[in-house]
Amino acid sequence: MVVQIEDSQLVKQYIQGDERAIEALINRHNSRLTGFIYSKVGDRELTEDIFQDTFMKVIRTLKKGAYNEEGKFLPWVMRIAHNLVIDHFRKHNRMPMYNSKESYNIFSLLGDDKLNAEKQLIKEQIDSDLLKMIKELPEDQQEVLEMRIYKDMSFKEISDNTGVSINTALGRMRYALINLRKLVEANSIVLTN
Amino acid sequence: MENIYTEDNNKTVLVKAKPETIQFLLSYSKSLEIIESNGLQFESNLN
Repeated sequence: MVVQIEDSQLVKQYIQGDERAIEALINRHNSRLTGFIYSKVGDRELTEDIFQDTFMKVIRTLKKGAYNEEGKFLPWVMRIAHNLVIDHFRKHNRMPMYNSKESYNIFSLLGDDKLNAEKQLIKEQIDSDLLKMIKELPEDQQEVLEMRIYKDMSFKEISDNTGVSINTALGRMRYALINLRKLVEANSIVLTN
Repeated sequence: MENIYTEDNNKTVLVKAKPETIQFLLSYSKSLEIIESNGLQFESNLN
């Protein structure tokens, strides 16, 4: 029987100076994190860069003793990667690059795909309404919903992190969505932009 | 009839970060040292 050491245990070992622990953590989450970043940026080289920057930040934070999310290593790493992806888009969004040699319409470069002020306000209102309703849910349902939707975790990972079976996690997600729909109806909230 | 096979470079699916990237991270980890002095932390890279 193969016993897999928990992430939290590997983090502890790494903080205590065991370099093999970080190798195990990187290899364990390599595929998941690479897939996550690639799904956001759609570029292999950039994915590689963000993956590297993510783990450099992880390594620095762990070595500084500034990590305090024991037991939730992967969501923390994903959050760092997510923030780095956002940083990248912030830096590059205003400078569209065209590599194609074919002729193109110059006006396509000038478009602004950002929401206008009104739509931005509506979006913020929807986000805020949704957040309030999520907080109305029972804690176990909130937890699964947050991990699945906001942290993009699989049900297997949710199961590993929360200590419940995959079926229980799936059930909690289902009830969370049913309850959210009920809350939307009860509060007559329109969740469209 | 003869079959024609063409190579599609885009077919490769990116599943994992390259071994070179992992190796870089492991070397970075080994070389990074955090030094504390008067309540301040400093990063030092031994490479």
